[in-house]
Amino acid sequence: MGSVVETREAPAFAIPHKKLVMWLFIISDAVTFGAILFAYGYLRNATTDWPKPFESASVLNAYIMTVVLVTSSLTMLMAIRAAKTGERPRAAVWAWLTVAGGLLFALLHLKEWLGLIGQGLTLFANPWGSGLFGAAFFSITGLHLTHVVAGCVAISVVILGYKRGRYDRMDLKIWGLYWHFVDMIWMFVVPLMYLLNVKR
Amino acid sequence: MEISEGRSGGIGTYLVVYVAILAISGVQILIAYSNIEASHMVFRMLALAIVQAALAITFFMHMKSEKRNLALFLLPATVFVLAMMNMIWSDSFRLLTMRPFSH
Repeated sequence: MGSVVETREAPAFAIPHKKLVMWLFIISDAVTFGAILFAYGYLRNATTDWPKPFESASVLNAYIMTVVLVTSSLTMLMAIRAAKTGERPRAAVWAWLTVAGGLLFALLHLKEWLGLIGQGLTLFANPWGSGLFGAAFFSITGLHLTHVVAGCVAISVVILGYKRGRYDRMDLKIWGLYWHFVDMIWMFVVPLMYLLNVKR
Repeated sequence: MEISEGRSGGIGTYLVVYVAILAISGVQILIAYSNIEASHMVFRMLALAIVQAALAITFFMHMKSEKRNLALFLLPATVFVLAMMNMIWSDSFRLLTMRPFSH
């Protein structure tokens, strides 16, 4: 029997495979968000009676949500830094703060939704103008909110596994990439969805 | 082959980027309440959002410290796809200005 020569292919782009997979997911997800934001832009531009329902309270709420989400990105970076120096408990605390930020963001988002629903906004109708507004608003912000909630669940699973030694700092870093991506998408959602539809 | 984890930036850098992103969000709100044409408003807000995204990708996602090949592999393809989506605008304006079709 001949000897078996083990050949291992070097990781593409000199990064771990898991990290490359996350980058590829992020790129495909960016295109998905790009497509729905372009579709929104198409409708918004071609509709003459597009509603502008957001009062200053909604704009303030959107800014607070931005602060919460960007702050949670910062806490994720701190978690990764702590993990890099081997401080597992400290890394876990920072990562839990990230999850808390995500959950606070989700609560503020639901509060905003409930307020608009209370004013008569549904998927297909609203008291202000084109019925397309509700479909666009709920689908774009809903898809983003789904990403935030999914990120909270995934990061929680990684923290628990990280504390037990099942996952390492690279897993934390990979989910950090996802979290920053979700943060980045929000930076496009706010101006396009909220700020262009401010009531004056 | 050496596997790169990507170097993380210092806390100071993170804080500067954090403040810059939030400041840009504040500027976007000021633009939303300014009396300028809608098209100018869209371009200004999008330009600022792109700056925010670039800061997040470069410093928070550590693209700056990754191998250059990774960026060259990912970014041009994404930008190309997003750029190609711009072909919808002519139809969007047609709907706005050529309604009804008989004109």
